[in-house]
Amino acid sequence: MQEEAKELTVSRLGSVEELEQLRDDLIAADDPDAPMIIVCHGTGCRASNSSGVAEAFKAALKEAGEDIKVMPGIKTTGCHGMCSRGPLVLIKPQNISYEQVKPEDAEEIIEKTIKAGEVVERLLYAHPQTGEKLVKNEDIPFYAGQHRIVMNNIGKIDPTDIRDALKVGSYAGAARALLQMTPDEVVEEIKASGLRGRGGAGFPTGFKWSLAAKHKGGDKYVLCNCDEGDPGAFMDGAVMEGDPHAVVEGMIIGGYAIGATEGYAYVRTEYPLAIKHLGIALEEARAYGLLGENILGSGFSFDIQINRGAGAFVCGEETALMRSVEGKVGEPTPRPPYPSDKGLFGKPSVLNNVETWANVSRILKNGFEWFTAVGTEKSPGTKVFALVGKVNNVGLVEVPMGTSLREIVMGVGGGVPGSDHFKAVQTGGPSGGCISWDKADTPVDFDSLTAMGSMMGSGGMIVMDDRDCMVDVAKFFLGFLEEESCGKCFPCRLGVPRLREMLKRFSRGEGTVEDIDELYSMAEAIKDGSLCALGGTAPNSVLSTLRYFRDEYEAHIVEHRCPAGVCKDLITYRIDPEACTGCRACARACPQDAISGEKKEPHVIDESLCIRCGMCMESCKFGAVQVF
Amino acid sequence: MLNLTIDGKKVEAEPGWTLLDTARQNGIEIPTLCYHEAVEPFGACRLCVVEVKIGAGSRLMASCVYPAEEGLEVQTKSERVMNVRRWILEMLLSECPASAEVRELAAEYGVTSTRFEVKNPEQECILCGLCVRACAQVVGAKAISTVGRGAGKQIGAPYLVPGEDCIACGSCVTVCPTGAMRERFYKVRGVPPVVMARSSK
Repeated sequence: MQEEAKELTVSRLGSVEELEQLRDDLIAADDPDAPMIIVCHGTGCRASNSSGVAEAFKAALKEAGEDIKVMPGIKTTGCHGMCSRGPLVLIKPQNISYEQVKPEDAEEIIEKTIKAGEVVERLLYAHPQTGEKLVKNEDIPFYAGQHRIVMNNIGKIDPTDIRDALKVGSYAGAARALLQMTPDEVVEEIKASGLRGRGGAGFPTGFKWSLAAKHKGGDKYVLCNCDEGDPGAFMDGAVMEGDPHAVVEGMIIGGYAIGATEGYAYVRTEYPLAIKHLGIALEEARAYGLLGENILGSGFSFDIQINRGAGAFVCGEETALMRSVEGKVGEPTPRPPYPSDKGLFGKPSVLNNVETWANVSRILKNGFEWFTAVGTEKSPGTKVFALVGKVNNVGLVEVPMGTSLREIVMGVGGGVPGSDHFKAVQTGGPSGGCISWDKADTPVDFDSLTAMGSMMGSGGMIVMDDRDCMVDVAKFFLGFLEEESCGKCFPCRLGVPRLREMLKRFSRGEGTVEDIDELYSMAEAIKDGSLCALGGTAPNSVLSTLRYFRDEYEAHIVEHRCPAGVCKDLITYRIDPEACTGCRACARACPQDAISGEKKEPHVIDESLCIRCGMCMESCKFGAVQVF
Repeated sequence: MLNLTIDGKKVEAEPGWTLLDTARQNGIEIPTLCYHEAVEPFGACRLCVVEVKIGAGSRLMASCVYPAEEGLEVQTKSERVMNVRRWILEMLLSECPASAEVRELAAEYGVTSTRFEVKNPEQECILCGLCVRACAQVVGAKAISTVGRGAGKQIGAPYLVPGEDCIACGSCVTVCPTGAMRERFYKVRGVPPVVMARSSK
């Protein structure tokens, strides 16, 4: 596996002409119809041993030897997207898509597909509703329904080889900016594109750049926020792992636009693969002269340093991130002064999210009109979502802004297992909110989601069904924020644990309806008073679930009932004597020995011993265990 | 001089003043707990928030750090502001029940009891950070810091190990708005060696 930077015997590219010549040469030497076995090496597939699969292919190809007319190459790439079905393998040039491939399957694939041109049916994706086996990615709604501009290269290129990135057009945008445009023109291009920050707040990127650019002379900085802390979000990780040059190129453009010669990429330590791949990308870019002194003969010098996070969600907040880079404790500092005036080391700085930087490189390459042609008027472009939860196609998706929740979940997502609708979709991570099924046709863009009481956030999208309790969901997010609060400001440090305490009481069936009214007032105080958006958005999970699921809260408080069957203090597990066959699977699974009965006779759960873990329900093949 | 309006009253500010400076210079009261003239403002307690008109709407900003600007319209006692102050004070009553200063300030805002559970009835430290800032910015010893994150935060020597950096000047005790720093002194400084020698006999 070629993971380390290759021995690059290259000379620095001294001009755009040299860059384009190299690109042309690389493309000319490439045969797009050459057989290739592409094995996804995104983090998800790696966890399912995709590297074992790649090794198995190598070994099997060696074995096959002269039997194969044209020996396929093996390429390892970043995340293909359908993360729950990994390891994913793509066979070129036919574009046959295999899922859940094991190392033992390599031989069969080589025999059947590579040698005989046949498809291995059992490894194909099956449509969740029709059961039809689909051969090519283009046929699978998960892929067909996406519009990939940020992730367009991921899954096609080896992220540890800059030559792959050059073949697909990387650094063309930077070359155009540096050699054909003035810094102000670059700022105008980004403004005209209408690009809004993809980190969550949706602040107009071009406007932010202009605020830093207006300071003439002196040190300035650009930063990349790859701290990605929302539970369930892995979009930025996939981009940094799968196409790091997209971000490097974007930062070169941003540095040029505002007058910064130094960039900092802040990557969370929990993303070792992203750190590794970004590190390789930086070394390769320097070797080619795409980073460093006098890039492509433009006179503009720029380089990037990697800073690692240290396990604090709050360091995803821009001022806390900058303090962390400065070597200080990662706590937010008041704004004003805004970072565009006094940011990193007290100098004008621009911080943008990974996905934003990737969009920047595409916009400069293709022009702002290309970008505004997709999406909505106020939210042009696309958004990458981590689609997870009760959805058939769990993974990373990129869709135009304005696509409805229904299209994303039921179309691209392949629907909700066992149901024709979802109960709620949670967006925006701990700062966001839940949107109910009756709002399924809500177009997903910055302003629509905010109007619904949620927010776009960084791209986490959690699909929920009737077995998800909205009180429990709010309690979970508050628990996360309580742990992650930096503790500096009083409303957050004191308020979030108390809000969480209220939710804990509700989930135990305690509290009164009057408590809910008080909760609104306290929530306003925390929102208004907090120093940063962690505290400022902490009440959102409660407020949005109250807005759409108030009856569920009242069921807990007034009726002492959890309709979803989740809150442990309010549920009972019971065995239906009509359905129970006495197989004893549940009794064996029960960690408390709470289930008793004669073999082949209906069994009974002793409620006084039951800890409501749900193992009995999971182990029962007859649906005899029910939760009330 | 900058001209702005606070609570409907036209006031003047020197360039470089914050809204808190401006208010206090003009006899307008704004409560604070984490502010002290000797150190840089921190913006942590949020009691000093004021409602500032921004565009079509308004936002609550900490007046101790927000710079006075020409034409600003500021409310120091709006409903949103009072709501923030009352809730912070009520939460502080449950968090630091032993502090008389907190009780007094809360009473000024009509908050005399708390619905929240009291976990530590002897707690006086409100985590305003004044001690840390005095030690770092005025004395330069940097002997103490906030340790830990979030609800588990506390004031102490780095890694909670008594160290040599403290010069026992007492500045931290002086700036502490409650009695809390007095109790922390030995934690930060360590028990004096004389006492240790005696107890080893």
